[in-house]
Amino acid sequence: MYSDKVIDHFTNPRNVGEIENADGVGEKVSSSCGDRMKVFLKVEDGVIKDIKFQTYGCGAAIASSSMMSELVIGKTLQEALDLTNDQVADALGGLPAPKLHCSNLAADALHEAIKNFQATTA
Amino acid sequence: MKRIYMDNNATTAVRPEVMEAMLPFYKEHFGNPSSVHWAGRETGAALEAAREKVANLINCTPAEIVFTSCGSEGDNLAIKGVADVLRDRGNHIITTAVEHPAVLSTCEYLTKQGFEVTYLPVDGYGMLDVAALEAAITDKTILISVMWANNETGTLFPIEQIGAVARKHKICFHTDAVQAIGRVPVDVQAAQVDLLAISGHKIGAPKGVGALYVRKGVRLTPLIHGGHQERNRRAGTHNLPSIVGLGVACELAASDLKGAAQRLRQMRDRLERGLLAIPESQINGHPTERLPNTLNISFNYIEGEAVLLFLDMQGIAASSGSACMSDSFGQSHVIEAMGVDPMMANSAIRFGLGYDNTEADVDRVLEILPPIVKKLRDMSPFYHERDVTKATA
Repeated sequence: MYSDKVIDHFTNPRNVGEIENADGVGEKVSSSCGDRMKVFLKVEDGVIKDIKFQTYGCGAAIASSSMMSELVIGKTLQEALDLTNDQVADALGGLPAPKLHCSNLAADALHEAIKNFQATTA
Repeated sequence: MKRIYMDNNATTAVRPEVMEAMLPFYKEHFGNPSSVHWAGRETGAALEAAREKVANLINCTPAEIVFTSCGSEGDNLAIKGVADVLRDRGNHIITTAVEHPAVLSTCEYLTKQGFEVTYLPVDGYGMLDVAALEAAITDKTILISVMWANNETGTLFPIEQIGAVARKHKICFHTDAVQAIGRVPVDVQAAQVDLLAISGHKIGAPKGVGALYVRKGVRLTPLIHGGHQERNRRAGTHNLPSIVGLGVACELAASDLKGAAQRLRQMRDRLERGLLAIPESQINGHPTERLPNTLNISFNYIEGEAVLLFLDMQGIAASSGSACMSDSFGQSHVIEAMGVDPMMANSAIRFGLGYDNTEADVDRVLEILPPIVKKLRDMSPFYHERDVTKATA
């Protein structure tokens, strides 16, 4: 039911962990299944220098967190804000339909972390 | 990679003896058992021999066995069949919150037909209070449907006590014994059961065959109308090869019930002890009143599907009653009814041991699973935020 890319990112998730003294921290909880993603950012000159995540959830939730982190590392905050959940799912080669609405929250969690960064630096 | 199958509550492999017994009934002995000629006579004899073997396993007479296509059909035939016949006497059915969907959905259907259904709660072990069951009986109650063993947790209900209550109040008693058959002794006389559904594929017979025990004198409206098969209780040409297989599977189960249960329990208990060594894990189900092959265990702070995926990648097949399975959302209704903390419930994994499992299989799961739990906990925000002072081993 999962693509090879999903299995790859689920088995070897990139950027798992926590950043001490992160510049921005944000999270998103799925209202339908309780999956939860927490994102930590290190930002320099408007660019995401480092990103780490912690995720509670199924294979799709973990894989989409990992893929999201890979997509935005080194990107500007604006590029990161333009990233959508659907783009993350597409980059994974798609997710099973029932997962799209509950476990595909990585971009949302990322955006929360960016908002947190912007709120604390404004 | 060695494949290990530990999902025998979902289904089992066909046992070699069963398969061997079935094969001649596809080609050599293909007659319709309802035919009068030589081809029908030889399959007719095989049909009745199988019926006798099924009857022996549960201590009833062969005439009280109705062959069906599966456990769900047996449950449907029992519940709808009795409800239809007894409709003039009352419209109340008592069941439990933790039944298999074959029972729950059938009850929901009957609710739309004007029946009223009481769903009895269970305690934290998934156990039923027989006094509460008796208190739920009204003068409109026509049927009690309570499973023998729970498919998700393995918890065994006090069927003999329930049977005694049902008999005392002269109420028809149906039990879904699909998980119990072949794993614990099932005796319809001792339990005073009136209707009992079993399924072939849980005990080493093929999928697509089952049986319903119908106590002599209990009347049912058939689900399938047609020919006179099964004494007018279930029309349709017999699935003879599978029925022969079911007979052999029941015979094998009866011949080694105690021994098989002991072997399964020994392996299950070792698996259980080993996995409970993982901190903040818990058993979902009754500590003692439980099927010998079933282990439902939760590891807090992680999600069950993720555990299953990692196990699957290492060749281990188990199952999860939790959320996030590909096509069903929401927690398991069984674990939820037990009042298990939602996060614990979400990590529930079910192991169902079977005839083919070995001690080496248990060793392998004990080697592979703890690192999976660790890996997923390292990823989980809940684990990092947990209150370590409250955490119990």
